[in-house]
Amino acid sequence: MTTTDDMAIGRDPVTRRRFIKSIIASGAATSAAAYYLAGCSDGSAPAAGSVERLITLKVNGQDRRVDILPNETLAMTLRYKLGLTGTKLGCDRGECGACTVLINDVGHNSCSTLTHGVRGRAVTTVEGLEGPNGELHVVQQAMIDELGPQCGFCTPGQVMSAVGLLKANPKPTRAEARQAMAGNLCRCGAYDHYLNAVMRAAKSA
Amino acid sequence: MTKDMMPKFDLFQPADIETALKLLDKYGVKAWKMAGGQDSLDWFKDRAKRPEAVIDLSGIEALKGVRETEAGLEIGAMTTLAEIAANPIIKEKFGLLATAASRVASPQIRTVGTIGGNLSQDARCWYYRAGMDCYRAGGNTCYAGTPQGMNREHCLFGASRCVAVTPSDTAPVMVALEAEFVIRSSKGERILPADKYFIGPAVNITHMTVLEPGDILTTIRIPSKWAGAKFYFEKVADRNTWDFALVNVASAMKVKADGVIEDIRIVCGAVECVPRRLNAVEDIVKGSAKNDDTATLAASSAARGAAPLNFNHFKIPLMENLVKRAIRDS
Repeated sequence: MTTTDDMAIGRDPVTRRRFIKSIIASGAATSAAAYYLAGCSDGSAPAAGSVERLITLKVNGQDRRVDILPNETLAMTLRYKLGLTGTKLGCDRGECGACTVLINDVGHNSCSTLTHGVRGRAVTTVEGLEGPNGELHVVQQAMIDELGPQCGFCTPGQVMSAVGLLKANPKPTRAEARQAMAGNLCRCGAYDHYLNAVMRAAKSA
Repeated sequence: MTKDMMPKFDLFQPADIETALKLLDKYGVKAWKMAGGQDSLDWFKDRAKRPEAVIDLSGIEALKGVRETEAGLEIGAMTTLAEIAANPIIKEKFGLLATAASRVASPQIRTVGTIGGNLSQDARCWYYRAGMDCYRAGGNTCYAGTPQGMNREHCLFGASRCVAVTPSDTAPVMVALEAEFVIRSSKGERILPADKYFIGPAVNITHMTVLEPGDILTTIRIPSKWAGAKFYFEKVADRNTWDFALVNVASAMKVKADGVIEDIRIVCGAVECVPRRLNAVEDIVKGSAKNDDTATLAASSAARGAAPLNFNHFKIPLMENLVKRAIRDS
């Protein structure tokens, strides 16, 4: 008879994240998608001269063909159509910065960006920071070293703001870094830890 | 707070002003002009505004950029706040504007948010924002102006049924610098001084600006009159980032070599539905020495005539202190 222990030993390393992603990829999320997308389109033809729905997005260096509604935000597209759930939706009102992604290397709130507005521009999410062999980005490593994340929900946004800052200003002062990170809320209050991490990453880069 | 989709609309992304104007004429009151979209999308998400067609102006290159002219400076209305805060000409000649732009919202919002959008944004009154049927929304009551209403952020001056204030940090600057606003419609172009662009509830209770459905704010012109003057900008808000001003102050001052104030314009935001120019303060300090005594005297008249609501009395000393600092420390 199989015991719980046997199952634990023999089980596949299916993480929660991988499980959710496989559901999005297989299209089994129809009911969830129907919830998110309900009421946003009645299937009628778009008005003449308005935007095309089938567009190509440049996300993390790849060209992705996606069907985008006119009223769709980038955060929705990334999370629910491209399966890039590293980008978090916090307030959905541009207040918290959890959804920060880079567009042409500058931090944007993806919840407050229409996906149609980023055609032809390079979108980078936290997934796109991964090195060729799965290494962490120097900013991510610095955040671990400085104990930045506590609950971790704001971390992808913090990472992206920090990466954006270091691209524009590789050697920021602490005051400049504080300013640049000011759009990212952290309910755990680990602001100084994140700031230490940005300064550490700037030093090691 | 819901995180579902916004209601459906048709999205247009014109590449030139003429196409945008045609679309605005076609859809009339059912059209929504979107600049940076940092406020627009919130309105749609909250179902408080439901336009049929959204005209995204961000693809119109002619509306962007800062140019020096013989008369001063021309700023395209779709120039972002981040660009304005970092622009070397603006920093050198009109540091007041660069400072104010750098104090708006958060870095992510300044990256996308535009000067035209910041100047033309709608009231932040939460009753109105929540989609309630108030005067400003076309209804027949005001929820904030009642004794129990949450009116800590509301006005001291100029209430007329509605008690909302101008939320912009750059609007007081434009009035202080005597900027002109260029507005285009399919009927042509008109130019207004900044203090005529903003309108209070007594003029039109459903509009914060003179912009009509078919109008686009294209350019802001800043005359060189105040270039290089002594400037002061300060914003007080509950939070340093993202938040809107409880009171802000913008002043431009010319001081003679002997320390006498020759000329001044001083304007407060978030105390009235429009940026409030403090004529009494200007009259008191003109011709006086720029010192502590003058600043104290001027401050005592800064909030003259204020009619506070139940929870915003604190704005009176706040305004007085900001005016004092503007004159003493600029």
